[in-house]
Amino acid sequence: MAFEYAPAPESVSIVNIRPSYGLFINGEFVDPKDGERFKTVNPANEEVLAEVASAGPSDVDTAVAAARTAYDTVWRRLPGRERAKYLFRIARIIQERARELAVLESIDNGKPIRESRDVDVPLVAAHFFYYAGWADKLPHAGLGPDPRPLGVAGQVIPWNFPLLMLAWKIAPALAAGNTVVLKPAETTPLTALLFAEICQQADLPPGVVNIVTGAGETGRLLVEHDGVDKVAFTGSTEVGRLIARSLAGTRKRLTLELGGKAANIVFDDAPIDQAVEGIVNGIFFNQGHVCCAGSRLLVQESVAEELLDALKRRMARLRVGDPLDKNTDVGAINSAAQLEKIRALSEIGESEGAQRWSPPCELPERGFWFAPTVFTGVSQAHRIAREEIFGPVLSVLTFRTPAEAVEKANNTPYGLSAGIWSEKGSRILAVADRLRAGVVWANTFNKFDPTSPFGGYKESGYGREGGRHGLEAYLAH
Amino acid sequence: MPTESTSVSGAGRLAVRKTYKLFIGGAFPRSESGRSYAVTSSGGDFLANAALASRKDVRDAVRAARSAFGKWSAATAYNRGQILYRVAEMLEGRRAQFIDEVSAHGAGGDAASTVDAAIDLWVWYAGWSDKIAQVYGNANPVAGPYFNLSSPEPTGVVGLVAPQESPLLGLVATLAPIIVTGNTAVVLAAEDRPLPAITLAEVLTTSDLPGGVVNLLTGRIAETVPWLASHMDVNGLDLAGVTDPALAADLEAAAADNLKRVVRPPAAPVDWHADPGVGRMIPFLETKTVWHPKGA
Repeated sequence: MAFEYAPAPESVSIVNIRPSYGLFINGEFVDPKDGERFKTVNPANEEVLAEVASAGPSDVDTAVAAARTAYDTVWRRLPGRERAKYLFRIARIIQERARELAVLESIDNGKPIRESRDVDVPLVAAHFFYYAGWADKLPHAGLGPDPRPLGVAGQVIPWNFPLLMLAWKIAPALAAGNTVVLKPAETTPLTALLFAEICQQADLPPGVVNIVTGAGETGRLLVEHDGVDKVAFTGSTEVGRLIARSLAGTRKRLTLELGGKAANIVFDDAPIDQAVEGIVNGIFFNQGHVCCAGSRLLVQESVAEELLDALKRRMARLRVGDPLDKNTDVGAINSAAQLEKIRALSEIGESEGAQRWSPPCELPERGFWFAPTVFTGVSQAHRIAREEIFGPVLSVLTFRTPAEAVEKANNTPYGLSAGIWSEKGSRILAVADRLRAGVVWANTFNKFDPTSPFGGYKESGYGREGGRHGLEAYLAH
Repeated sequence: MPTESTSVSGAGRLAVRKTYKLFIGGAFPRSESGRSYAVTSSGGDFLANAALASRKDVRDAVRAARSAFGKWSAATAYNRGQILYRVAEMLEGRRAQFIDEVSAHGAGGDAASTVDAAIDLWVWYAGWSDKIAQVYGNANPVAGPYFNLSSPEPTGVVGLVAPQESPLLGLVATLAPIIVTGNTAVVLAAEDRPLPAITLAEVLTTSDLPGGVVNLLTGRIAETVPWLASHMDVNGLDLAGVTDPALAADLEAAAADNLKRVVRPPAAPVDWHADPGVGRMIPFLETKTVWHPKGA
């Protein structure tokens, strides 16, 4: 007899979603002057959650001006230890309102509550705590004796980790003495707007943090705005390239955290069960909406069959469904557009000759869903081995020697992350040395920490977020 | 250079002039285009014909730099430091020649002190080879049972437009920080003052620096550098010597095609004698962070 899990839904009564939101400019919510409104939906059931303002040119102007005034009159003049205390306050309020943030994140994004509760929101609070402590210690950051803030930072973030990406952007910027205008992703604006309330509760001086919601056009207005001194973007390599081009010839500083197509390399001496857990975590964590996802499994030929059998057994146990159910492993795809992209690339994978497999799994009727999927018989030329799918789709390739594994792993324009599974320490270190990727997880995967720098090589972007290195993006030295 | 020669008439002997060529993959070819351009002194006197590099020369230089990258980036930091120090020794041996060339170019200031500063700066950078990872790397105290270490690694092949106004010191101040960390370089020498750069190439090739680590071209910036900026196998671009803002913007935009790391032209004139700090090494370093669980 099969044991089924009883539903274990997290209560939504903790969140209070308003029917409509304005822009957060200069410390208060204001109506858009020239922008329209758009709807944000719950991807798990397609119900409209709220109406959100789409910031137009004069809204972005106002937000940048507010950030400039706050920079010139308050924030840059404030001693580091005072800035630190504001950031500590924010970190504490995030902890106090952690469950509310987690539930709202899962509702707006579709990610399992287990992830938003146990990974995203704790990391958000930790990130503010970490950078709070830097605010009054900047001369010790190794960037010269007198590092100075840059001014106004224009920041554009993606929908896959809405609040965590906000923290990665805002915490170091504020600690270094900059003020910010941040644009959350079109499909996931709600936790950023709740964060705006947290700034109010913390009595953060008006204009230090401004949140302008909108789609790509709002982002373009922000990064190209003359009043912005620094641009930070996380998102696709395609858009990153456009931004880098648009900033050419200006004095604006730029950091980019872009796409990836990470190799997760399993050697024949790897502990199979642990490797399988790592592979599953690497590609199915957050529905595969992860730029550093281990989307290319490179497995040594001699253990490929055994490993794939174990992987399929494990995949059959993944629970796909209601993001708010505490037992859910894989939640909803964030949007109809993203679902379409995942479907299209998966169909291309089949038509190019790779073998597709998914465990039997019942998907809810409404909402955006995609079953965990693995492709075997994938070659390096296949599009599913080259392009970022950004969904729960794993491409499996094999290799015979460590040199071949390194060659295949590096055969990509990306260079964000990589995984190595082996019991042999010297092999791990040698392979890690040769992988052209900014984060290498050995015998683990998808681990994040505010003290640990994150960012890519090659076309995965430049600059680091997290750790001492993360400060460099926001300081002149 | 003709400045050293004496007249054929009278008792003096006729000097043997040097042909100033390109430096690609450890060899000294002429431009494949067969072209050259006249280099004159600050007073307008003929000094030499320098090779006028073409698009093909740029591509050959990039290929040589890519081939050299694997071995140079994997060399031990100690080894790179030894080689760079050897370069300084060779520079010192040619001190008089560099003083002649720098003063012929009329590159401002006292030529002897400029050459001395260039040699000393090269020594300074040589010493960084096995220290930058300690200064710019990090052990990270993550909140869990993990070993977590961040280390700098070279970005790859870096294109450098050498400063125009300071043909030796400016070149040293921009080239040394690129290669000391394990990058390989394709350099466009100062357009109208290329002679010290070519002599530097002769120094490099007699200093155990593997062929291809530094490749040096002479020619027109506006003609050659766009090919470097848009080349998909170049990872970084230092525009120190680009003086035309519109060209610099175009180059930066072209560099975005494969998201090259770009160092923009300086906003204000640079004092190449000043302590440079680590600011010219960091732009062409990638930080790699390795995690591993701890457990008995």
